[in-house]
Amino acid sequence: MSLLLDLFLTFAKIGLFTFGGGYALVSLIQHTCVEVKGWISHDEMMNVTVVAESTPGPIAINCATYVGYKQKGMAGAVVATLGMILPSFVIILLISFFLDNFMEISWIAHAFMGIRIAVGILILDAGIKMVRKRKKRPFPLLIMIIAAVTMLFIDIFAVHVSSITLMLASAVISLSVYVVQTMRGKRE
Amino acid sequence: MIYLDLFIGFLKVGLFAFGGAYGAISLIRDIVLSYGWLSEEMITYMIGVSESTPGPIMINLATYVGSSQGGVLGALIATLAVVLPSFITILLVMIILKKVLKNPYVQAALGGMKSCVIGIILATGIFMMLQPCLGSLQDISVDVTAIIMTVVLGAVYFGSRKFFKRGISPIGLIGISAVSGVLVYGFTLGF
Repeated sequence: MSLLLDLFLTFAKIGLFTFGGGYALVSLIQHTCVEVKGWISHDEMMNVTVVAESTPGPIAINCATYVGYKQKGMAGAVVATLGMILPSFVIILLISFFLDNFMEISWIAHAFMGIRIAVGILILDAGIKMVRKRKKRPFPLLIMIIAAVTMLFIDIFAVHVSSITLMLASAVISLSVYVVQTMRGKRE
Repeated sequence: MIYLDLFIGFLKVGLFAFGGAYGAISLIRDIVLSYGWLSEEMITYMIGVSESTPGPIMINLATYVGSSQGGVLGALIATLAVVLPSFITILLVMIILKKVLKNPYVQAALGGMKSCVIGIILATGIFMMLQPCLGSLQDISVDVTAIIMTVVLGAVYFGSRKFFKRGISPIGLIGISAVSGVLVYGFTLGF
């Protein structure tokens, strides 16, 4: 089997059988690419995960792209990434064709009214976990709180401010504070 | 034009989706609402579906929104747009710019964005928990059934960690909430 086909099928299989997104996918990618296929070393895999944390986008896509690139250059990167995406794409596309019809069945609509409540809880839980994982320093904590309060205000009063604007503002503020601190440090 | 809007909208999502799936969920919700592509309720339902189907949540959401607005082509455009920034950044960073991430100025800016994302996720979670219970400011409607379900499901989900090592999984909670939705709303609104 050609390597490109192997890359495509391997990542398609990972995409098809992993529920829960994010880190569930990473552990399966690690198992498959490091231990089974030997496509990438354990250290390199760790590196990709660390970099993926600081770059945008799904961490699973980051891993697939990099493993593909290491094995077969640009073609490998494209093929592995497409393999990773394909199962989700097909499954959701099928669901999207039927969802509106499904929603007209009353017990399914009721089930979704229940699911709606679970989704809020899950998102809040994810936020709390991230707060716990991060080092507690006053300045990042302050940004976090201000961002949370501002975003809540935006949501409640339906103000037209994008969360991207909030993120860019936080980057600028954080960078300016760092610059001021280092300049002061040099003067003393 | 819807295809161009989808492309630009999801390119923005892909470019700013720090903080994993939940950061992406907050962003997608924000962008989808601002373009008026889906209703608040429909987005929440789709987040539930995306968590219960395989693959990265961000891809699932992009495919769904794209398909609902522009059919198969829309789904294709939205999905590729959401992936494109991470595809390019990871290659750039791993191959050419490995040192860039270690630069203290870059670190400072990234640190600001990461803290901000956590705040945004917290706010989104709180707002999405309150909304089924109280409605929106423009249309306040207190739903006692939803309030009771929120309290019970929250207690079950967070409480389960005290009894089992890892607690109930997100898919587990979605399953439980779907079944209780069928039962509770079935009894109150009629099957």
